[in-house]
Amino acid sequence: MLESKGIRLEHITKIYQDPKTGKDFKAVDDADLTIEPGSFVTLLGPSGCGKTTTLRMIAGFESPDEGEIYLGSQPINELTPNKRDTAMVFQSYALFPHYNVFDNVAYGLKLRKMDKETIRKKVMDILELVELGGMEARMTNQLSGGQQQRVALARALVVEPSVLLFDEPLSNLDAKLRVSMRTEIRNIQQRVGITAVYVTHDQSEAMALSDRIIIMNKGVVAQVGTPQEIYYRPKNAFVANFIGEANFLKGRLVSKEGNRGVMRIYDHKVDVENVEEFAQDESCTLVLRPESATLDAEGQLPGEVIMSCFMGSYQHYHVKVGDVVVQITDFNPRYKRIFQVGEKAYVKFHACDSHLLKE
Amino acid sequence: MASKSKSASLDRKKLLSDPVMVGMIVILLVFLTLFICYPLFVLLIDSVYTEGQVTLDVFKRVLSMQRFRTAFGNTVVLGLLTSVLSTLVGLLFAYVDVYVKVKSRVVGRLFNIVSLLPVVSPPFVLSLSTIMLFGRSGIITRSLLHIYDSNVYGLKGIVVVQTLTFFPVCYMMLKGLLKNIDPSLEEAARDIGASRMKVFGTVTLPLLLPGLGNAFLVTFIESVADFANPMLIGGDYDTLATTIYLQVTGSYDSTGAAAMSVVLLSLTLILFFIQKYYLERKTAATLTGKASRARMLIEDKSVTIPLTIICSLVAVFVIVMYIMIPFGALFKLWGRDYSLSWKWFEYLFKYSGFKAFKDSFILSIIAAPITALLSMVISYLVVKKKFKSKGFIEFVSMLAMAVPGTVLGIGYIRGYANGIFHTGIMSGLYGTGLILIIVFIIRSLPVGTRSGISALRQIDKSIEESAYDLGAGSGKVFMTVTLPLIKDSFFSGLVTSFVRSITAISAIILLVTPQFLLITCQINEFAEKGYYGVACAYATILILIVYFSVLLMNLFIRFFGTSRKIKEEN
Repeated sequence: MLESKGIRLEHITKIYQDPKTGKDFKAVDDADLTIEPGSFVTLLGPSGCGKTTTLRMIAGFESPDEGEIYLGSQPINELTPNKRDTAMVFQSYALFPHYNVFDNVAYGLKLRKMDKETIRKKVMDILELVELGGMEARMTNQLSGGQQQRVALARALVVEPSVLLFDEPLSNLDAKLRVSMRTEIRNIQQRVGITAVYVTHDQSEAMALSDRIIIMNKGVVAQVGTPQEIYYRPKNAFVANFIGEANFLKGRLVSKEGNRGVMRIYDHKVDVENVEEFAQDESCTLVLRPESATLDAEGQLPGEVIMSCFMGSYQHYHVKVGDVVVQITDFNPRYKRIFQVGEKAYVKFHACDSHLLKE
Repeated sequence: MASKSKSASLDRKKLLSDPVMVGMIVILLVFLTLFICYPLFVLLIDSVYTEGQVTLDVFKRVLSMQRFRTAFGNTVVLGLLTSVLSTLVGLLFAYVDVYVKVKSRVVGRLFNIVSLLPVVSPPFVLSLSTIMLFGRSGIITRSLLHIYDSNVYGLKGIVVVQTLTFFPVCYMMLKGLLKNIDPSLEEAARDIGASRMKVFGTVTLPLLLPGLGNAFLVTFIESVADFANPMLIGGDYDTLATTIYLQVTGSYDSTGAAAMSVVLLSLTLILFFIQKYYLERKTAATLTGKASRARMLIEDKSVTIPLTIICSLVAVFVIVMYIMIPFGALFKLWGRDYSLSWKWFEYLFKYSGFKAFKDSFILSIIAAPITALLSMVISYLVVKKKFKSKGFIEFVSMLAMAVPGTVLGIGYIRGYANGIFHTGIMSGLYGTGLILIIVFIIRSLPVGTRSGISALRQIDKSIEESAYDLGAGSGKVFMTVTLPLIKDSFFSGLVTSFVRSITAISAIILLVTPQFLLITCQINEFAEKGYYGVACAYATILILIVYFSVLLMNLFIRFFGTSRKIKEEN
């Protein structure tokens, strides 16, 4: 087991100059984050949200304009990347094309002036771990994309860093390989027990891999939480929309009693839950996941079906409720009543599936 | 509000903790300042500052010289003619190469040879052979056509020679651009109903226009800066470069020469800035990306046959001119006695020819690896690193490209003959082999740097970052990752700078002292005296040396190059 360390970003801001307008903008804006030792944390967000910049600041390729980064208890702002106890797996793999697999993996060990035998043993062990045993003599261009990525992972792991950094490592692989590789990365991380920070824009990757997800938007940390928290309790519309699909229905909380309450949406009363943070009569938005609602002859919200489409595992509806189009994915529709375009129907859901956002 | 100052200071701290980087940057800054900026600065000072005050007297004196005014006019006329012609011939070659279906292998081979010539050719070879073909004892003029008073000297001679020397450069530049034009653009125009001529005029040419301007200006700068050809074949048609030389060696007026140099330098710098910062960008903007698929080549015989014939004739003509050189060395007396003999070679080696080859060879072979390494280091810093003086290093090393050799030579004379700023510091440098080596380095640096930069731009930045991240310092990253990946570029830089050094003349001829004999200066001297046999013997051996160096380079790249493997992967 490695000695893994946590990372702490204290009010980190990074300013870039827009090459077109020449104006300064904040690529990362006052990010305050704690990453626990041994945990797998994903930085997730659309392109340009500052996730890669954050990762590169942890690695030391970029310097923050405000704040301090700690590795364990050590401030590392002034350390160059080669002096930091981190190792990065790059999007393009960044294997050394003039070395074979063995020499690629051994590179970091040679820099640490280990003796030949130790290096040989460590490299062979790690290649075994990433299931590349017997491939050590291959040149990197004789490997498939997935194999190259394993070499990159082995090369980073073998130096036994305190923190492993991933910069969208799977985005160059095809969809199927991506899924199997992410399982493998997660397994290896758990076996080794290393702290991992992983950048991606792929939400299913983030969901599958992470202990915690950090959602970023326009340089700002939008929400930090477990995949479940992020999915079921998004803090704002951006998070709700970015992770999965979501319907937003505006209304007002007309009554509340403890955890439960009643919301009025277009003159219809709807039972909701999880209303602790809201006051009576407060305007709020109901977030409803498409898969937590169904269409029925009776229910909470009446509407008109404007699209009905069979997708195999589910029936996909668009229902016009007031002036909002509500999306519904009704799974396993085989023996259910299918509503056709033009029909009137009710959107039906359980109160416990509701989540409210402040205006 | 936060500012960028903190990250800047952190970046600086990180930089300072890397002694190899800091050392390299300091060395480069000192080197470039001392040997490019300072000599040029001295010229400026010299021409506006006399006896303790700022005055334009020197300029006034120089401007009132009829000789100078004629030379200026001559230079501009020559530059215009040469660059228009070179661009046109280059365009023709590029067009035929990219657009026309050429069936014959021989023609393809001819094109290849032509594209290689500017790399291997010593600067004055074509002048020599032009004189031998069309001069008073020319094989064509005298022996075939029986013209006994033929005069190739002067403007027409220089224009022909320079055009033949420089058009291959235009050809290579324009070929690259034409290849990047997406064929579907032209096909779209054809499809709507445009004729082939119309397509060329309305699609191809407008897309190529900035590139043509680029080729024009590059040739203009080369033509204006050219010293060797006007010297040999110019006759009494003096250009600025030769006038400056004569001002120093004939009139011993080095302040006057300094002022003239400032004029010549301003001319080339203006052109250089237009080319570098306006046209090059525009070219990049109009022709980005890659052709989406292969082009349908023109097979229409009424087009292919005449174009192929014209190009082949030009190519054959150029090649014949090179072949003239060894014959010039082997014939007993050019124009009179065409029996073969070794007498010119014997003469050459009897009269210190061996020393000339030794001196040239040793100085160049010392300069070459330094140049190659420096240019790779500069390209590495420019492409992969960020630091404050980076802009300066990039700018100055590219600037050297626009400085005519003659101007640099005068700058070194004025700047170092009495030490830096006439203080005597470093005055020991002047007249040594070291200053010649430095000139060689400075003259080849831009070429190496440019090729290094383009090689490095193709290497994914994260490959170096990953080495850095795994614990390697900058020096280690450069030696274990960067350099092996640009081995080809490094080696070709090595050979190119060797070749450029051993064939250099313009700056060197002003700085060389009697203790060194250089091949190029010998050729110039013997050709001036009319000893064409000896000049040709020198040139023949020089061409052979250069040819074998290039051959060696190609062999090395074929067997040890890494870049090819990497390219195959993509």
